[in-house]
Parts: sequence; C-alpha cells; structure tokens
Amino acid sequence: MSTLTSAHSLWTLAAEAPADRIPAPTIEYAQLAPTLIVVGAAVLGILVEAFVPRKSRYYVQVFLTVAALASAFAAVVGLAAGGYASGKAHIAAMGAIAVDGPALFLQGTILLASVVAVFTFAERRLDPAAHGKRVDSFAAQAASVPGSDSEKAAVKAGFTTTEVFPLALFAIAGMLIFPAANDLLTLFIALEVFSLPLYLLCALARRQRLMSQEAAVKYFLLGAFSSAFLLFGIALLYGYAGSVSYAVIADVVDGTVANIDPALASTMGNDALLLIGGALIMTGLLFKVGAVPFHMWTPDVYQGAPTPITGFMAAATKVAAFGALLRLLYVVLPGLRWDWRPVMWAVAIVTMLAGAVIAVTQTDVKRLLAYSSIAHAGFILAGVIATSAEGVQSVLFYLGAYSFVTIGAFAVVTLVRDAGGEATHLSKWAGLGRRSPLTAAVFAVFLLAFAGIPLTSGFTGKFAVFKAAAESGAGVLVVIGVLSSAIAAFFYIRVIVLMFFSEPKADGPTVAVPSPLTMTTIAVGVAVTLALGVAPQYFLELAGQASTFVR
Amino acid sequence: MENLIALLVAAPLLGAVVLLCGGRRLDKVGHWIGTLLAAVSFGIGVALFADMLGRTAEDRTLTQNLYTWIPVEGFQADMAFQLDQLSMTFVLLISGVGTLIHVYSIGYMEHDERRRRFFGYLNLFVAAMLLLVLADNYLLLYFGWEGVGLASYLLIGFWQHKPSAATAAKKAFLVNRVGDIGLSIAIMLMFTTFGTFAFEPVLASVGETSEGTLTAIGLMLLLAACGKSAQVPLQSWLGDAMEGPTPVSALIHAATMVTAGVYLIVRSAAIFNGAPDAQLVVTVVGAVTLLFGAIVGCAKDDIKKALAGSTMSQIGYMILAAGLGPIGYVFAIMHLVTHGFFKAGLFLGAGSVMHGMNDEVDMRKYGGLRKYMPVTYATFGLGYLAIIGFPGLSGFFSKDMIIEAAFAKGGTEGWILGGVTLLGAGITAFYMTRVMLLTFFGEKRWQPDAGGELPHPHESPKSMTLPMVILALGSVFAGAFFEIGERFLKWLEPVTGYEHGNPPVSAMTVTAATMVVLVIGIAIAWTMYGRKPVPVVAPRGSLLTRAARKDLYQDDFNHVVLVRGGEHLTRSLVYLDHSVVDGVVNGTAASVGGLSGRLRKLQNGYARSYAVSMFGGTVVLIAATLLMRAV
Repeated sequence: MSTLTSAHSLWTLAAEAPADRIPAPTIEYAQLAPTLIVVGAAVLGILVEAFVPRKSRYYVQVFLTVAALASAFAAVVGLAAGGYASGKAHIAAMGAIAVDGPALFLQGTILLASVVAVFTFAERRLDPAAHGKRVDSFAAQAASVPGSDSEKAAVKAGFTTTEVFPLALFAIAGMLIFPAANDLLTLFIALEVFSLPLYLLCALARRQRLMSQEAAVKYFLLGAFSSAFLLFGIALLYGYAGSVSYAVIADVVDGTVANIDPALASTMGNDALLLIGGALIMTGLLFKVGAVPFHMWTPDVYQGAPTPITGFMAAATKVAAFGALLRLLYVVLPGLRWDWRPVMWAVAIVTMLAGAVIAVTQTDVKRLLAYSSIAHAGFILAGVIATSAEGVQSVLFYLGAYSFVTIGAFAVVTLVRDAGGEATHLSKWAGLGRRSPLTAAVFAVFLLAFAGIPLTSGFTGKFAVFKAAAESGAGVLVVIGVLSSAIAAFFYIRVIVLMFFSEPKADGPTVAVPSPLTMTTIAVGVAVTLALGVAPQYFLELAGQASTFVR
Repeated sequence: MENLIALLVAAPLLGAVVLLCGGRRLDKVGHWIGTLLAAVSFGIGVALFADMLGRTAEDRTLTQNLYTWIPVEGFQADMAFQLDQLSMTFVLLISGVGTLIHVYSIGYMEHDERRRRFFGYLNLFVAAMLLLVLADNYLLLYFGWEGVGLASYLLIGFWQHKPSAATAAKKAFLVNRVGDIGLSIAIMLMFTTFGTFAFEPVLASVGETSEGTLTAIGLMLLLAACGKSAQVPLQSWLGDAMEGPTPVSALIHAATMVTAGVYLIVRSAAIFNGAPDAQLVVTVVGAVTLLFGAIVGCAKDDIKKALAGSTMSQIGYMILAAGLGPIGYVFAIMHLVTHGFFKAGLFLGAGSVMHGMNDEVDMRKYGGLRKYMPVTYATFGLGYLAIIGFPGLSGFFSKDMIIEAAFAKGGTEGWILGGVTLLGAGITAFYMTRVMLLTFFGEKRWQPDAGGELPHPHESPKSMTLPMVILALGSVFAGAFFEIGERFLKWLEPVTGYEHGNPPVSAMTVTAATMVVLVIGIAIAWTMYGRKPVPVVAPRGSLLTRAARKDLYQDDFNHVVLVRGGEHLTRSLVYLDHSVVDGVVNGTAASVGGLSGRLRKLQNGYARSYAVSMFGGTVVLIAATLLMRAV
C-alpha cells in the first residue's frame, strides 16, 4: 500500500493521501455466517425456481432449506462454543450487528423453530391429492385469481408454490438479523426483510384463498403503518443523538458521551425527541410481538394465513421481535428505564388481560391460539420489564419454550380436517379424544403447556418470568399475570374438556395421517415441551449464560 | 452381611413384578415362582439370623443405605435399612410364616384361574411388610405401611366378582386411611420437632423434647396402629376382611400385617416412654379391644369371623402390653410371635375345614369333623390349646407374661388392667372351646349346599396339611423355647429395654388365677355346646349375644356418627359451595365472558379501525411516556 501511495505521489504531486478518505469496511464473515448461509440459500432457492424443472423443484427446495437451516444452526453453535456468547462477544460489521449471547441464543431458537416449521410447509399428505398429484397447504398458483379459470388450470396441472421455501428463508434471514441489529437502520432493514416475505406467505393458502388474501392485505397495511411509526421514531432518535448506532445513542442518553459537538449539544437537551422517538420505535416492535393495543391484526392474520405459516410466524416472529425489543430497552434505552418501565407495565397488563379475556369467547381454534399468543406476549413482557439478567434469562427461556409449543399446536391443527379442509371451528373438535386419542392427547399436552401447568415447559417459562418480575418489584404485575393465567387456563382446559368429555359428532372431522415430516414437528414439540418442563435446569442455565448484551 | 438386607425385600418384590407383569404364560409356574422367592427371602433371613447370633448384643444392629430416596436440602429421606433384633424377629416371622402360607395356597387356590395373580399379590405383601419392618426411618416405614395396605386391599377383594368382597376391601381401605392420616401427621410432627425422621436421631433426641409434643406424636402413632391393627375405634374392617381367601386371612389378617401397629409402638418405645399419658391411652385401647374382640368372637357362627374377633382380642393383649412400657414391650412381641404361629395355624385349619365342606363357613353346619379330617383336627386342636393358654404350650407363656405385667403396672390401674386381661383369658377359653366343639365334636349338622349336594368332608392335600403341621409345632413349642432361660427376653432386651415389674401378688397366684378362669371358660362352653345338641339355626339369644353378633353395633355406630355426620357436613358444604363459592366463581366467569363478548366486537375485521386502534395506542403510549417524565 505504501509503495503504491509513493508511486502514486510521483506523478500526481499530491503530497498526502486525503485525510477524510472513507475507510474500507471490514466484515467479519465468519461471525455473520448463520445469516449469510440463510441468505445465500434463499438466493439459491430463487435460482432453483428459475432453472430446476418443476417436477424436482420441491425436493431440491426442501433439501436446500433444511440443509441451510441446519448448517446455519451449526454455525450458531460453533460461534457460541467459540466464546462469542460470552467473553468474545462483540459488535461485528462496522457496528451494525452484535454477536453476543442473546443474539446467538435467539438465532439458535429461530433456526430450530424454523426447521420444524419448514417440515410442516413441506407436508404433502394432508390435503387430498388434486388430480393425482400430491399438494401442500399452499395455493397452486398464487397469482391466479381465486375461482378463476387460470386457478383451475393450475390446480389441474398439479402446480405447487415451491417459492414458499426461499420466501421463508428470506424471512428467517431477516429474523436472524433483527435481534442482533445494533443500529437503528439495520433494525429497520431487518424488519422489512422478514416482514415482506411473511405478507406474501400469508396470502398463499390453498383453501379459503380470499380469506387468506384478505389477511395478507390487512397484515401488509397495518405492518406498513407500524413500519412508518418505527421509521419516524428512528428519525427522531437520530435527530436527538446524531447517530443511529445503539452504543452512541445509549451514551448520549446516559450523558456519558465523550466529545460533544455543537450540533449534538443543541439537540441532546431536547428530551421530547428522545421520548417520542423511543416510544415510536417501541410501537413498531410491540406491533410485531402483538401487544395490546397493537394486536388487532393477530387474530385475523393467524386465522387467514395457511396454518403452517401461522405456526412459523407465531413462533419465529415473536422470538425475533422480542429479541429486538430486549436489545432496544436493555442496550439503547436503559438510561430511560424510569420512563419506559411504567408504560411497559401498563402495556403488559393490558396485553395479558385482553388476550386472556377475549380468548374466552372464541369459537375458532386458530383465533383462540392467536389470542393466546397475545396473552403470552403479555407474560413475556413481564419478564422484559424486570430489567435484570434474570429478566433476560427468563425471556430467552420463555421464547424457546413457547416457540415449540406453538409450532406443535398449529401442526396438530393441520391434521384435523373435514371436506372443507382444516376443521378449525371448535364445535367440530368435540369428542376428538374418543375418536383419535393420540392426536387429542398431544394437543392436550400443548394446551396444558400454554396454560402453564407444571411438568410442561409453559410452567417453567411462566415461573421464570414471574419470578424475575417479582424480584424487580413488579409484584402487582405478577398478581395480574397469575390472574390472567387463571382466565387463560379456562379456555385451554375447555378445549380439553370438549375433546375428551363431549360426545363426538356424527359428521365430525377426521384426523389425517401425516407424513413423517409433520410427525417429526409434533414429536419434537411434545419432547421439548416435556423436557423443558421436567428437566429445565440445563436450558435455564444456558439462557442464563446467554443473558449479557454486548454494547 | 448387611448387603443382604435389601435382598430380603428384593426377592419377593421381584416375584411380584414378574408374576403381575408376566402375563398368562406364567400361569403354570406362577405359584412356584412366588413360593420360591418367598422361601429365598426366608433363607436370607435365616442366614442373617445365624450371623447375628454370632455377634455380641451391642454389635447386632446392621444398617444398609441403598441410596438417597428424596434428596432435597433440609429434607433427606434415605432408602436405608436397619436390621436389629426386633426387625430380625419380624423378618423370620414374616418370611417364615409367609413361605408356609405360600405353600398352603398352592393347594388352596388350585382351582382358581387367577392363582398367578394371587401369588403376585402375596409376594407384593411380603415385600412391603419386610420393607415396613426393615426401614431405618419413619418415612420409609410409611412406604411399607401403605404397601401392605395396598396388598391387603387387593387380597381382601381378590374375589372381586363377589360384591361383599369388593365392599369389604373398600371398607378396609377407607378405615385404614384414617389410621394412615395419624401416621403421616406423626411423621410431620417428628420432622418439625426433630428435623428428621430417621429412627436413630429421633429416638435419641426424645429427652430434649417436651412431654406435650411426645404425647401428640404418640397419640398419632397410636391412631395409625389402631387402623392397621384393627383396634377400637378403627376395628370395624377386620371382620369383613374375612371375605378374602383364607390364606390371606391367615397371613395378613392374623399373623403379620395386623401386628404392624404393635411393631410401630414398640419401635417408637422411646417416644412412648416419654409420654405417660399416651401410654395410658394405649393400654386403654388395648384393654377395650381385648374385651371387644373376645365378646364378638363368642357370638359369631362364621368360623373365620370368630377367629377374626379372636385376632382383634389377641392384638389387644399385645397393644396393652406395649402400653405398659419397658415391663411389657418384650412380652408384646413374644405374644405376637407365638400368636403368629397359632393364629396362622388356626386360620389354615379353618381354611382346610372349609375346603372339605364346600366352602361352608357357618360352624353350626359343621360338627363331628374330627373323624373325617384327623390332621386338621390335630393341628387345629394344638392351636386351640395354645391360644387358650393351656399349660406348657406357646400361648400359656406369652399370655401369662402379659397378665403378670399388667398387674405389675401397679395401683388401681394395675388391678383394672390385670383384671381385664384375666377376664379376657376366660372369654378366650370360652369362645375357642365353642369353635372347637361346634366344628369337630357333636353330631353332624351338615347341610346341602346351593347345588343340593351334601358335603363330603375329606382331609386336605399335603401342600395344605404340611404348613399346618409346622405351624402346630410352633404353637406347641415356641413359647417354652422362648421362655426357658429367658431366651427371648435376653434377645430383645437390647432393643426394647426391659424393667422387671413386681406384681402385687405372686406370679404363682396369677398363673393359678389364669388356670381357674380358663377352666371356667371351658366349662361354660362345654355346658352350652358340648352337652346338648347345637341347633342349626342360631337361636335368638340374649341381648348381649345379639349385640355381639352385630359386632357390638360398631357399624351402626359408624354409620350414625361418621357416615350421617359426614353426609350432613358434605351436604352443607355442597350448599355453601353452590350458593357462595359457585356464585362468586360463576359471577366472575359470567363477567369475564360478558367483557370478552364486548371486547370481541372491537375486532370488527376492518383494517381501518385496527389502524385507528394502533394510532390511538401510539398516542397514548407517547403521552404516557411524556407524562412519566413530567411527573
């Protein structure tokens, strides 16, 4: 470099290199490997769509997706084993992405949950074969208008939308970055990267396509609305601190910033910028976790989306969004916690109560699970509010436990079918335990986990977040949380009673026998639920070791 | 040697598991497996006994800690065994008599298609009972205690097709539950008082504990003993328990399980020694049951129920002796062992008689059987002589010792207790003579059975008579063997302690008095049942006879006081539950449901109203954040 510079100077007469030359960015590819693998596979997936013959696309895509997720998970494990979760944790990619305990833990959780969710995407035995070709839960041709001739032709030709796999991979890549994002712009880009494919995926249901498309449009509109809030918040915070970097903003909030230039001096006294900006960013994140009053999209979208997508979304989105929320509150705004804690308190209380109360009168199992996920968002918020290492630990554990219960529960929903596809109306589930004891028993396990009954992961998770919240002085919150759990237990147990103690209806649904793919998903769900309920210690400790953020 | 202790329990437990899980393919050999494993346990017991005899008295206690059963900080329960002279005595009794009864059952249950299961339950019982007496802490003892309760329940109701058997099993289970509550409370009290429930630390730290606490623990232990050992007021189940197969009655409801209460009290001697009030209650319970059982035994025509009354009465003797403190513990156990021999023998004899008489149990329909069943007659007769305390036989020594000890208690108390035990000895002589006369002497009063067939009494097969003979030998010689040179006393004294009591009258006088009441009892029975023919249909009888036939109205008492009272209590609780609790609950549920329905309307499906909600939420969020700062 120096010889080059000197040689250069011989004939340009420029004595010095320009002082404000833009430094070449350094990217720690190895540390970003999990995300890069998934993005790479997604890009490959698009090439597969373009070049691989239709017949073998499905197999190539499933293999590519699972292999990518598995190797990404291996990369996460490798990084964690290499000490990046604790001692070597640092900020990679020029301050854009954090590689630390919470990030790796959540990425691992997202990847594992995605693998089992992808198994349900690939399920091709549940829907009756269309014209002798096996089909999955997704529309034959998403672009064709529902009910049109082109749709009929696509169905007759046995088309399937194998694009779901690259779409899911893009979404997963965004989710991997989301909790690791260490500046506000990366946060926003990650948000959009995982949101846009999800909007599409929601619209792809094979049956009840209008409802599915309506759900997708609603999700898109409201998601765009919330993105606008988030973006506005980012602008305000940038205006306040003069930087989008988490670390710089945190320093400015704490008042420990080193060199204050005049521009910063004039804005950093303006708390309104900070408070409104922070509140708007929280709004955007609370929308993604489905907290009240930003939850309205949840039931409609959960109901309309293809059930495998619902399960994936309910689990992975929640993990990613809570990860980002944790990082925002613990890394960027800890200096502001006396301002945001009471507000989050209120949000947590309203979320727990509203989710539990409204769920009581639901009659559709997917909507029921949607409200249940809202209530669970409230419980997790209780752990977020603890502002302690235990709080982070409990939230990480809860997210992991909850993901597998959720994906498993939605996978069971895909099995219970009648002539119109999935039979999601609760009245049709009456007496299921008589007809298909195993399916009903498995669903009962998941419901008991949702309700937080001991010996399931739900109990351990709830116990952990409530304990952390109580130790941080949020006793009232815990009392309300327990009361909400009691209300929530009512409707979970009601479904169990319905399944086991009601007479089966004559024209009731049948339980389809799935391929080993969905069976694996459900079996993993049950195994994790029971393992984290019976012997949670190892995983609690793992979450505890991963509970320190790098700044 | 101590490593063998666990095997004592493991062998029959293995048998139970194999037999109960093995399925039908073991039907042919199941009884042999069960008997063999019980015999293995007995063999190990004998080996340990021989080893123990080779040591000095101080060195005889063996312990084996298998593993920590419940490892919680501040609450540790070990799966640990303790084998001392007291446990050893029980081990030999349980596994020895148990093995004999296994052998007997091979013949007795020959035609029962569920014989394999029966032997599985018997093995389970032997394992649980051995665990009970080998435990080195109260919690493990409790485990065994519940185990024998379970086995007893299963075996009483073994002929589950008979509603009476099912009911009897349930009754035994429920009544035992009351006693078990006593044991669990006692263990909880021990834990709060001593911080542990292992025998050694608990019994060693009794001296530092207030008498009130010890009395409370003692009374709770007594409640437990009352349940398991069928003592007043929890005695009502034992008579009905005779619905079970006769070997069960012999093993569980005569020789072993029902004596667990005596074991518990003697094992907890230190606690009772420190609580004279509890001891007094123990003696009262023993004395009352002693007479109660004896009176009931006089009136029953069912041979097994008469023997059950007798069992109750004899255990009353043991409990009474255990309540006397160090002057009585050894004799309580000694009577327990001799009783194990002769009562088991009597029950097996009764079973043998029933076997020959088409399962007829009414003694009024027996008569004159001595010619037809000579072995049964001889062994039953020896058991009879032993239980009434005929000089030189087992019961003579052990019962005499208890009567002496009761007098030696001293004061009015001593006279009363002594008088009761003496009276009991007389009544025992009466009812046992009655059983003997009705069954083996007099004219044949055989009646055709349900199929219209007259019974053809015959001697039972060898597998049944052999155990009876062995038990009869025990009935004859055990007492003398124990008494000569005070062998039993010296053997057990290091564990239970012993004080020599001085009765206010000489021992010779007591023995003479016993002989007198014995003769009177036999004479009355002879007058009533030997001299004149016995009617096949029971006469109406005196008021006392009628009361005794109905178990002195114990069931009616329980019904009126407990069942009715319980019904009233539950009814009022149900009312309270319906009107108040449900009112609150349903009210809450209704309001939650109503709120839910109203909130649900907010979810109208229009993206625009969702957006408004989000916008409103954001505004509120920002306002709240700013407000927090302003406050």
